[in-house]
Amino acid sequence: MVVPLGAYLTVAAIVLVIGIFGIFINRKNVIVILMSVELILLAVNLNLVAFSAALQDLAGQVMAMFVLTVAAAEAAIGLAILVVYFRNRGSIEVEDVTLMKG
Amino acid sequence: MIAVIAFYVFAAILIGSAVMVVTSRNPVHSVLFLILGFFNAAGLFLLAGAEFLALILVIVYVGAVAVLFLFVVMMLDIDFTELREGFQKYAPVGLAVGALLFGELLFALGAWDFAPAAGGLRQTPMPDYGTNTAMLGHVIYTDYVLLFQVSGLVLLVAMIGAIVLTLRPRVDSRRQNIEAQISRTPAQTLSMVNAPLGAGVRAAEYHRREPAARVGEEDV
Repeated sequence: MVVPLGAYLTVAAIVLVIGIFGIFINRKNVIVILMSVELILLAVNLNLVAFSAALQDLAGQVMAMFVLTVAAAEAAIGLAILVVYFRNRGSIEVEDVTLMKG
Repeated sequence: MIAVIAFYVFAAILIGSAVMVVTSRNPVHSVLFLILGFFNAAGLFLLAGAEFLALILVIVYVGAVAVLFLFVVMMLDIDFTELREGFQKYAPVGLAVGALLFGELLFALGAWDFAPAAGGLRQTPMPDYGTNTAMLGHVIYTDYVLLFQVSGLVLLVAMIGAIVLTLRPRVDSRRQNIEAQISRTPAQTLSMVNAPLGAGVRAAEYHRREPAARVGEEDV
């Protein structure tokens, strides 16, 4: 690997923090929250691949692939729930969801 | 040298597009920036030598997940201006938590180094044959075959879940009632009509029969 490991880890940390920041500021828009979760998972994948390359260990890339699989499944389920919720309520505001508590 | 420059270009565009994803006013722009970010993350993967994962990222994320997001954003009829209301309110706490987390991560990374024995603790040391894809294939179908199967199961559950969640019975659609159709008997559908000479058989004769005789005919 030409680039030092620290550079990869820093980029991944920045992307992770941006994803968490996105969850905080988009309290009304579930779609952008789902995209922020995708960003967080992308940061995890960057870390896994960087460590895999630094240690010359394939296990990291295998795990990154399974994280990709789970992230894709999560996006599909999340968007399905979002569509059902919008059909029932006519909005996608997260704050409305608290009305569901018993 | 070129690889280092490429790394910083990819990293800068990735971070910039990640910022645009969370701060963009229009969710459609957010999705497009997400696609740009995934492309650049794929570039970073390539630079780290993970070619297969880089292309999987482009195919699965740009080709499927991001398009799914775009589809949902455009399908839902939402007034996006009022979705921005909490922005000013939550930005300070978000910035504070983000800065704290980033500082902690930097501290952790600054004090961290590989253990001397880390090289010997590797699970699957990278073999020195073949391409990245061939190596991954050898490992996934042998050592990690259980995880591979389980991830297939996860995808199946996600597929069934998405279908079950979004499927709704439609009252306005006319569906075929197969049971009613195949249980018809000639006695219900055929009738002998004594046609008077010269008068013919009126079509209204059909409608004069009792409704039970017509079961299944109009459900098609």
